[in-house]
Amino acid sequence: MLTILQDMGSYALRASPQAKALGFTLMAIAQGEATVRCPYHPDLVGDVETGVVAGGVVTTLLDHTCGHAVLAALDTFRPIATLDLRIDYLRAAEPGCDITTHAQCYKLTRSVAFVRAIAFDRDRDDPVATVQATFMLDSSRPGRRKGATNTGEAAA
Amino acid sequence: MTTSPAAQKLADLIQRTPYIRRLGVRMDLAGDEMTAVLPYAETLIGDPGLPALHGGVLGAFLELTALAQLFILTEGDHQPRPIGVTVEYLRSGRPVDTYARAQIKRIGSRIANVYAEAWQETRAAPITCLHGRFLLTSPTHPSQASSSPVQTVSTT
Repeated sequence: MLTILQDMGSYALRASPQAKALGFTLMAIAQGEATVRCPYHPDLVGDVETGVVAGGVVTTLLDHTCGHAVLAALDTFRPIATLDLRIDYLRAAEPGCDITTHAQCYKLTRSVAFVRAIAFDRDRDDPVATVQATFMLDSSRPGRRKGATNTGEAAA
Repeated sequence: MTTSPAAQKLADLIQRTPYIRRLGVRMDLAGDEMTAVLPYAETLIGDPGLPALHGGVLGAFLELTALAQLFILTEGDHQPRPIGVTVEYLRSGRPVDTYARAQIKRIGSRIANVYAEAWQETRAAPITCLHGRFLLTSPTHPSQASSSPVQTVSTT
């Protein structure tokens, strides 16, 4: 799976419409690790008085990078879904700065992946946020979801 | 008809938070209880295969809901600052409108604990929930103590 992600670079990342909308760029990918950058944009600010990017943008970036690190840890593609995220906001990001996240999938079991990540603006050793996350593997296996229909579409 | 203090505060918050407008989030007040609406848009999709809303977007939406509900119930013009959030994903976010409400669990002199829940077609089947810890950056008091779900039982 890592080779595919390496070959696809930011294209794999931008298969997700939300990642594309925010302009996420893949900076680096390795076995079980991913580094993704979100460019600064005035639309993403949480409070115009401070110019600081909204915490929710960091949440989306962290979630996405963690997911990418899980995919980079798998041998073959398997659908994944976030189970939970626990984020600490250590400090406000500097106004006008891009945000970069680095995630590491440090444990894979048969059905769960454990990930941790940091988000930083200028200095990797001075993060703006840290996260601990878990992901479900094979999240969309057919017939597992109670009440799921074959097409996933509700009757019109 | 005059604008209530809660409605005024909510309007101010939306005005100064570009990210709320970027996500397309609407916030409707019933007295001092706020319901946030995240109208479906293709750009909010994280996994186009299912398709499912981006987990980060749902986390961001709940964080904004928690922040807004807290802001309208506290005094002062400073936005509470998130210290940390825990987000749990209960069900996949389908490509439809999503709703959310927040409950203030406790407002102290410096810290507030808030719980928020998002749902789609069925209120009783939430898709995502969030526990948030916020730092109150100016002197605050709950303006409507009776609306708080956690109440101190007075002993007489």
